[in-house]
Amino acid sequence: MSSTSNKWGLKQSITLLRILIGWHFLYEGIVKVYNPDWTSFGYLATAQGPLKPVFQALTSEAVLPWVDTLNWAALVFVGITLLMGLFERAGALVGVGLLLMYYLAHPSWPGMAQINTEGSYWIVNKNLIEAVACLVLFYYPTGNVFGLSRFFSKNKATSKTELS
Amino acid sequence: MSWTRREALLGLGSIPILGAVWWAGAYGTVGKKREQAALLEQLNIKPSLPSPVPAISGEPVRVGIIGFGIRGEQLCRSLGYATDEWIADMEKAAARAKKEGRPFTALEDFRSQDPLNIRIVGICDVFDIHAEKAVRSFSTPEQAVKRYTTHTDMIRSGDVDAVVIATPDHWHAPMSIEALRNNVHVYVEKPMTHTLAETYQLREAVRNSKAVFQVGHQHRQTLSFKTAQDIVDKGVLGHVSLITTNTNRNDDNGAWNYDIHPDANPETIDWEQFLGSAPEIPFNKNHFFRWRKWWAYGSGLSGDLLTHDYDRLNCVLKMGMPRSVMASGGIYTHRDGRNVPDVLQVNFEFPDFNTGSSQTPNKERGMTFTYSASLGNGFNRPTMLMGHDASMELGNRLTIWPDSGSTRFAKQLESGSMAPQTPIYRYDPSETALDGVSSATSQYFADKGLMWTYIDGKRVDSTFLHMREWLSVIRNGGNVSCGIQEGFEEAMSAHMAGLSWKLGRRIEWDPQEEVIVPIEGVDLDAVLLESPSGVG
Repeated sequence: MSSTSNKWGLKQSITLLRILIGWHFLYEGIVKVYNPDWTSFGYLATAQGPLKPVFQALTSEAVLPWVDTLNWAALVFVGITLLMGLFERAGALVGVGLLLMYYLAHPSWPGMAQINTEGSYWIVNKNLIEAVACLVLFYYPTGNVFGLSRFFSKNKATSKTELS
Repeated sequence: MSWTRREALLGLGSIPILGAVWWAGAYGTVGKKREQAALLEQLNIKPSLPSPVPAISGEPVRVGIIGFGIRGEQLCRSLGYATDEWIADMEKAAARAKKEGRPFTALEDFRSQDPLNIRIVGICDVFDIHAEKAVRSFSTPEQAVKRYTTHTDMIRSGDVDAVVIATPDHWHAPMSIEALRNNVHVYVEKPMTHTLAETYQLREAVRNSKAVFQVGHQHRQTLSFKTAQDIVDKGVLGHVSLITTNTNRNDDNGAWNYDIHPDANPETIDWEQFLGSAPEIPFNKNHFFRWRKWWAYGSGLSGDLLTHDYDRLNCVLKMGMPRSVMASGGIYTHRDGRNVPDVLQVNFEFPDFNTGSSQTPNKERGMTFTYSASLGNGFNRPTMLMGHDASMELGNRLTIWPDSGSTRFAKQLESGSMAPQTPIYRYDPSETALDGVSSATSQYFADKGLMWTYIDGKRVDSTFLHMREWLSVIRNGGNVSCGIQEGFEEAMSAHMAGLSWKLGRRIEWDPQEEVIVPIEGVDLDAVLLESPSGVG
């Protein structure tokens, strides 16, 4: 009994994690979609660390509009898939990629200036943690617990052991 | 699949969450935009683009350069002419910057600058090395650049249509006057003159000449200043009672201790000609390369840097001549033999000045303009315009904060749609451009909007725009933005500041007679030129 209830708790927790991360991504995406003045220019132009030249190259006039569009499109995609619990594994993977890019553009490594951060970090910051959380979502899909996948999954969460 | 209520909830429950997040994001963003738009509409601030100048058509304008030192070289680059040495240096610097992952755009900016329809045909410099560098770099197979021994030879040669004067200050007026008398167009660096008498003579010369005269205050082309003008005109700031401007520099270059060329000696420098009207002294390399530090050739902070700040504001506010000036300061940070102050505070009084009022009529009138400078500290203090309704920070960027005691914005402040700590307007044309500024001194000028401006998000050298305007007026007629009236006000107010510091007393201006109120027993021009006793 205790093992079943633990699993049930784990499933619920990860589902909740998925909803919250989806929520976060979707909101970040939507805010950018509805603000025509938004641009990733500042974030990229001030990039630090070993990949600085790569990120700065993205600020060129020809590339920047594509980067901006791809960024909000990816954010919205991750947001919708995670929230809806449909294609959530693809969403989680894109999420990992996006977050690692954000992390590498401004790594919280010793000796680098921390720009626009609300906490104190040493190597590990919230982008990195969220990226790993997305990795968990990739390996532990919960769309059939809460989400549209329920309608497409033969193996619905009626059985309490299906994920073991 | 059984459609129980539980099934529906678990399967479709995420849809309303998605809807809510979407709505919150969209509503919040659009709402904020709308609020901002409403506020801006109410303030009615519209950044205005500079009017395009008519093209410099026809045969190229034949330009002669008088003075090819640091500033002379910069002016030539704005005209599209760089020395071979500079290009080599910039290529090295660009390679170094690339290696270190820093942006560095000087060379790229120079190469992408629109060509001006001019030809540099002559050069005048009393230092052989400088003159030869120009001849070597700017001569082409079709057109050799000719070196002239004196400015008079060049001006009277009939081979130049226009001259660019970038010499020590004590040569500005004599050279400008000579050119104007021969109807040769003049672009002269600031300060326009070195003495009071010269200022009147030069004004006369401009009035009697067919040539076009422009003073090198390039910031008059800066877009943010044109926007600031619109803001003040629309009364957003209310009555401005105080303006604070500053100079903070803390490096050798900023304190005018420029490099002394190793090949400088009495054989390579025409010392007599350099001295001109200045007191005769034996050959002195220090004086030659660092002339800004002595009243004999320059005027230190008041003529060199205060003029920038005064003219910046005169361009925005058109406040004209101050009624009186009081200055104090000393040589506190560079006791190296100079006799111009390196710490200087100047207060200009404008008792009749008014920018409009949101309060009872006649309650507000008058303004103090403060210039505060130190060459021993590099902290960046912004230029501030302090009004009853709002404060404005003015540089290349421009920010406005409402004032907690504002009459005009009282309602908005009470309802919370405005807060004293939150800007109601911000203008930053550089937001989408990557700037590669290399030195502390160039950063100082860039922050003040003295180096470049932005047109359609593209960075443009403001000196280029200022010279282009001058050349366009030469060809097409019209008015320059910094002509003799602006130059007269700039030079006179700088001289008043210098006199006040030297005499330790208030200097007053008589607006009817357009003269400095005479002080009994004092020859003001002699005071302006003399080296203060005890220093230097």
